[in-house]
Amino acid sequence: MISFLTSLVNGLSLGGIYAIIALGYTMVYGIAKMLNFAHGDFIMVGCYIIFTAVSTMGLSPAVGIIASIILCTLLGVATEAVAYRPLRHAASPLAVLITAIGVSYLLENLALLIFGADAKSFTSVVKWSGITLFGGQLHIQGVTIITIIVSLLVLVLLQSYIHGTKNGQAMLAVAQDQGAATLMGIDVNKTISLTFAIGSGLAAVAGALLCSAYPTLTPYTGAMPGIKAFVAAVLGGIGSVPGAMIGGLVLGIIEILAKTYISSQLSDAIVFGILVVVLLFKPTGLLGKITQEKV
Amino acid sequence: MKTKKQDYITYAVVIAAWAVIEILMKMGLLSSHLQGLLVPMVYYAIAAVALNLCVGILGELSLGHAGFMCIGAFSSAIFSLMTEDVLPGGLRFFLAFLIGTAVTALFGFLIGIPVLRLNGDYLAIVTLAFGEIIKNILNAVYLGVDEKGLHISLQNQMALGLSPNGKMLISGAMGMTGMPHDSNFTLSVVILLVALFITLNLIRSKHGRAIMSIRDNRIAAQSIGVNVVRYKMMAFTISAALAGMAGVLFSHNIATMQATSQYFGYNVSILILVYVVLGGIGNIRGSVIAAAVLYMLPELLRGLNKYRMLIYSIVLIVVMIVNWAPAAIEKREKIMAKLRGKKEEA
Amino acid sequence: MALLEVSHLSISFGGLRAVDDFNLTIEKGELYGLIGPNGAGKTTVFNLLTGVYRPNEGVIKLDGQDITGHKTMEINKDGIARTFQNIRLFHQMSVVDNVKAALENQYQCSLLESIMHLGRYGKVEKEMNDEAMDLLKVFSLEQYADYLASNLPYGQQRKLEIARAMATKPKLLLLDEPAAGMNPNETKELMDTISLIRDKFGITILLIEHDMKLVSGICEKLTVLNFGRVLAQGQTKEVLSNPEVIKAYLGDE
Repeated sequence: MISFLTSLVNGLSLGGIYAIIALGYTMVYGIAKMLNFAHGDFIMVGCYIIFTAVSTMGLSPAVGIIASIILCTLLGVATEAVAYRPLRHAASPLAVLITAIGVSYLLENLALLIFGADAKSFTSVVKWSGITLFGGQLHIQGVTIITIIVSLLVLVLLQSYIHGTKNGQAMLAVAQDQGAATLMGIDVNKTISLTFAIGSGLAAVAGALLCSAYPTLTPYTGAMPGIKAFVAAVLGGIGSVPGAMIGGLVLGIIEILAKTYISSQLSDAIVFGILVVVLLFKPTGLLGKITQEKV
Repeated sequence: MKTKKQDYITYAVVIAAWAVIEILMKMGLLSSHLQGLLVPMVYYAIAAVALNLCVGILGELSLGHAGFMCIGAFSSAIFSLMTEDVLPGGLRFFLAFLIGTAVTALFGFLIGIPVLRLNGDYLAIVTLAFGEIIKNILNAVYLGVDEKGLHISLQNQMALGLSPNGKMLISGAMGMTGMPHDSNFTLSVVILLVALFITLNLIRSKHGRAIMSIRDNRIAAQSIGVNVVRYKMMAFTISAALAGMAGVLFSHNIATMQATSQYFGYNVSILILVYVVLGGIGNIRGSVIAAAVLYMLPELLRGLNKYRMLIYSIVLIVVMIVNWAPAAIEKREKIMAKLRGKKEEA
Repeated sequence: MALLEVSHLSISFGGLRAVDDFNLTIEKGELYGLIGPNGAGKTTVFNLLTGVYRPNEGVIKLDGQDITGHKTMEINKDGIARTFQNIRLFHQMSVVDNVKAALENQYQCSLLESIMHLGRYGKVEKEMNDEAMDLLKVFSLEQYADYLASNLPYGQQRKLEIARAMATKPKLLLLDEPAAGMNPNETKELMDTISLIRDKFGITILLIEHDMKLVSGICEKLTVLNFGRVLAQGQTKEVLSNPEVIKAYLGDE
């Protein structure tokens, strides 16, 4: 029972991180209508920024996190403007996806050149050691609690931003129909830039938590969590903010339970199996909507 | 026929490259290090042809082709290990080639049934998922053979209960060892030519036109009576089978292999995609040349190796924007029109 | 017996009745026009006839056979071919290959023969090529045969789309704004070609068009759609002099 609870808590911790990444992913996919394959690599960039600030330059973790959020936001906006925007209306929908794969490759290899292939040990940005329950049998790490709080906070802030501000409404309009949004006087380029800014900023937050919970940092640290967060976004229903949250938490719990009770070799296969099953039987995910091609 | 001539040029380029390399080898001008890179160079070329059939001709991005290579590699290696003492090398490799290709085609077909109901981004990510699932399962499987037949387990070697004469085929994460080194450079070039023959002939047939019509406009293709599901399945299955061929070469050129990310992860699919994009999406000859050149270049120009992937990724992004961005296309057409105008004036 | 008999056809999108109780009868060999203001539901009718959308109500009969609910691919085999308002060519394929692709179901050749270039492959390929070239000649497109479809001028692209639809040997050809974007000369030429298709190939034609010169010049009968409903139906001259039609449609121009 205690071991099950431990797994569940670990699952929530991992799931909270997936949820924050998936929130960014689902916004970018829902509004810009593109799969930003490099999203996971923004996480890795964010981690290296914190690592450099804290471990190399000796700055405080708070400064590192703020620097990481600012730089990742700029990176996201710049990437969209330079690499993705020119291809938004390309004849083949594959063009922008392949370019995003190129960006992912570029970031990973830049990190490889600058920081090398060997794993850096990341100092947790969460200093709190956590709480102990059931007379010492169940320990919940500080970073786990912080992750869950942060993910819920992000969810609430995003929801109220999207539904409560003018920019948020513009995002919803662009997500529905870019052409109509333009006619209504919405600046589509600006709205999509803003979406990338938020998504990439969230990636930096997720990175800080990811590397605090799993403190080894390599150029490939972000890739797998990025892809799994996309799975989470699809599971929750792509484009749906609460869906991304639920999808992230569910996926994290399933992954940890599969690792504990089935096989650590097969846990990834199970996570990807979920993606296949959801897309085939309920492609709209748990909370998504259907769209139809126009003739 | 202009197009036929293009195909003959493709075959000629491959054969000429083979002849030059053979001569260099006979003259002792190739180091053993370089010689060791020849078969990998060819199987990347085959994999690039396979992926280009999927990306450039069918028009769907697969990020799971490394998974198909993995199936081809393991299925053919299992056959070769089981028949090592029974069959002579040449025949064994021939049969292993057929089996590896057929098994991969079967998996391509089975995976295609669900996958091809999707398209675009979702199809890409689901093929990636299938590729990773294949890799992870092969990493967890224990397979052995004895006089009673095949034994399989997901736990460990002991659980197989092999008799003392039994032989391990797949040892979980340790993978497979002791495969006969049945491939060589000439054989691999022959397989490349077979893959090219299948792909190029397919493109220049009614089946190929049906596949490309779906790529260019699915709704219009349906409106002229093209059976979209049938032709998508056809292209995807053939593409998988060709990737399986590359896998057969892989496993018969290496003494030990594991289903790791290094050999069969989605990153390998992406590397092959880089070859396809830089060789030209839909340009089969380009895929072969790009795979060969981009694989060998860093080996020839030492020091470049460190920057290789960085350069490839930048070139990939630039090539995509230049070739596909509407603004870039418009600019290019304007320049072309100007050039043509000048020509007419002169 | 009429070639096309459509009765009580209706479809709604999110509560909006895009096509409402649509009836249409077209006799064999007729050249029929479907007109109406923008957004009247004309293209939706084409999408219903070709199985892109499934009607909520109504029956579509072609040559006496009920084809309601058939898939797009099957409807082409049943005998209806179409062009699209926003041209949908196979843009990365050559002009002649666009037409050859449409001959797909009329020639038999196995996948193995295709891959090996053996057996029926050579004969089939030659016959398809000859037939496609003959069709291109009808539209004076033969000199562009090896061009990429996307490199054709706009007017020629529209003609190629008609040639491609013709290649499937339909009983009924649906043309969605064939003259859109053409200059008067090109339109004149197109009118001749459309008449030729009907007279020489005996194909019945239903066309959507905004160019009144073209409509009154070649269509024998008209149906006017307004807000998804039939406003008037009958001989071209009578329909065009109907005061309601003038008010609803021509008055807008």
